[in-house]
Amino acid sequence: MATVTYRDALNQALREEMARDPDVFLMGEEVGVYQGAYKVSRGLLEEFGARRVVDTPIAENGFAGVGVGAAMVGLRPVIEFMTWNFALLAIDQVVNSAAKMLYMSGGQIPIPIVFRGPGGAALQLAAQHSQAFESWYAHVPGLKVVAPATPYDAKGLLKSAIRDNNPVVFLEGEMLYNAKGEVPDEEYTIPLGEADVKREGSDVTIVCHSKTVAVVQKAAEQLAAEHDVSAEVIDLRTIRPLDVAAVVASVRKTNRCVVVEEGWPFAGIGAQVVDSIQREAFDDLDAPVLRVAGADVPMPYNKHLERLAKPRPENVIEAVRRVTYLDGD
Amino acid sequence: MVQPYQTTPLDAERAGFYRELLRQMVQARRFEEKAGEAYAQGKIGGFCHLYIGQEAVAVGALAAVREDDYVFASYREHAHILLRGTSSRAVMAELFGKRTGCSKGKGGSMHLFDVERNFLGGHGIVGAHLPLAAGAAFAAKYRGTDQIAICFFGEAAVNIGAFHETLNMAALWELPVVFVVENNRYGMGTALERSAAVWDVYRRACSYDMAEEIADGMDVLAVNETVGRAVERARDEQAPTLIEARTYRYMGHSMADPIHGHYRTKEELEQQKQKDPIEHLKGRLLSDGLLDEDEFKVMDGEIRDEMEDAFAFADESPDPAPEDLYTDVYVE
Repeated sequence: MATVTYRDALNQALREEMARDPDVFLMGEEVGVYQGAYKVSRGLLEEFGARRVVDTPIAENGFAGVGVGAAMVGLRPVIEFMTWNFALLAIDQVVNSAAKMLYMSGGQIPIPIVFRGPGGAALQLAAQHSQAFESWYAHVPGLKVVAPATPYDAKGLLKSAIRDNNPVVFLEGEMLYNAKGEVPDEEYTIPLGEADVKREGSDVTIVCHSKTVAVVQKAAEQLAAEHDVSAEVIDLRTIRPLDVAAVVASVRKTNRCVVVEEGWPFAGIGAQVVDSIQREAFDDLDAPVLRVAGADVPMPYNKHLERLAKPRPENVIEAVRRVTYLDGD
Repeated sequence: MVQPYQTTPLDAERAGFYRELLRQMVQARRFEEKAGEAYAQGKIGGFCHLYIGQEAVAVGALAAVREDDYVFASYREHAHILLRGTSSRAVMAELFGKRTGCSKGKGGSMHLFDVERNFLGGHGIVGAHLPLAAGAAFAAKYRGTDQIAICFFGEAAVNIGAFHETLNMAALWELPVVFVVENNRYGMGTALERSAAVWDVYRRACSYDMAEEIADGMDVLAVNETVGRAVERARDEQAPTLIEARTYRYMGHSMADPIHGHYRTKEELEQQKQKDPIEHLKGRLLSDGLLDEDEFKVMDGEIRDEMEDAFAFADESPDPAPEDLYTDVYVE
């Protein structure tokens, strides 16, 4: 086991998959000569050449569509968006072309493509550069949506995403690129669609993904140390297909649940998770399921306001105390 | 505005080729007439965009590409897929939404696909298939094959961002792709002159230092020659071309839209019909002695029979099964 950053784990996944399959290529803004806006593609141009590491103009809709077109005839593109905020310009290609091609061609044309890049808020980047889009893409049949929290998961899931024959939206955490974790030296993949128990517990289930996993883990430690609450932390890892079985199994054990996400609350991922729980584990619940989400506002620039807009450990602890009735009720 | 018809004499040795182009144009028209009939009877739902009047463009252009080249089209693409060799039965059945259709009844008129014949849609968002065609050309170049991609779209698509993004990348990366603007003068009900600052569409190519061509889109031979040059340029020089084919749509934007009215006059329509691409080629072949009227009647009769058969096949075909609703969403 080596300790590597989330960024380098992604880099390893790209390097290994490009070495493994000559049909895999990387395309996006600044991926080549500049070595990647966030250095995820560092060294790939030197190793694989400009044919397979393709710098693009700033034309998200255009190069996303070029990727879909290449996938239509059998290549396996990895399209990097500098951030998912800019990918709004390409959402027509992601939704109208990539997600629907298989269906509207009556099963003739699969689209084996990965759209990847950083999402979510970083620090003081303000409203247009601080958005978590998981629920937007997860809404769309035909897409798979992945949002890893750790270097280990990032590498194993990206490798699976590249090998998948469906379009995969792969949302990396902009604030996670420097996060360190252990990654095996030998090759491995992680199947899409499987949640992971990041911490075992017995009193409450906390469902989260991507950056909020670290927030929830911090909260879980505090809950154990200061509130005598044993929290089980479920990292969804893949948003679509959603591992409902893993969530329900945990809720059956703990009888209480809090769902945490960075995105906006309205029609968010948490709403979907709550829907599954109320249908499949209604009789197991000892309290209504609560959600913690980003504030329902465009992201403010001011750092104090920004801190308030993001899910924090104290929000999670407050929600857990409510579902465990530690505050009365 | 449209160039006068060419008057260069026909080459008698190519009579077979001319007659085949004529047959293909008649086939495209009879198919659309039948589709219009079926739409009026309620057998075709949704949007149905007919190609009548524009036949010379697809016929001339697709006679200039190879079977292994990639073809992309907009939602006005019934003729284009037929020209790739997909049966009129499979296409009509798709319009009827039947399981025997070329997209299993899940695509409809706007989403015709036949991957075996490299017909890659059938796309319903204006301009959005231009980058797809560039992507297929990118793949051909990536693999080192000598395939090219050809992409058909209306003149109204040249005002959308995807057009510019794609032309820039195609020129920058020297992709083997041919862009064919089917300038039928109206984007739905908005005349080119009311939507574009530059009325000569082919001139847009200069922004990207791309080869440009203009063709009389009512003259199948002119289109064929022009596209032939562009295909050669793509295949041999890895250079894209923007072609403007000036044509005219006889029908409304879709079957749900008026044929004329606020946006164009009946007189204009009737005047344009004087330049009909089928009548034009037929007239030339007759006057040069390369076709006789009886021959044409036999051919037309055969095509009409083919369309009757396609209609009956589509009509009698089964609907998709309810369980088909949930297939083809993901590849296993």
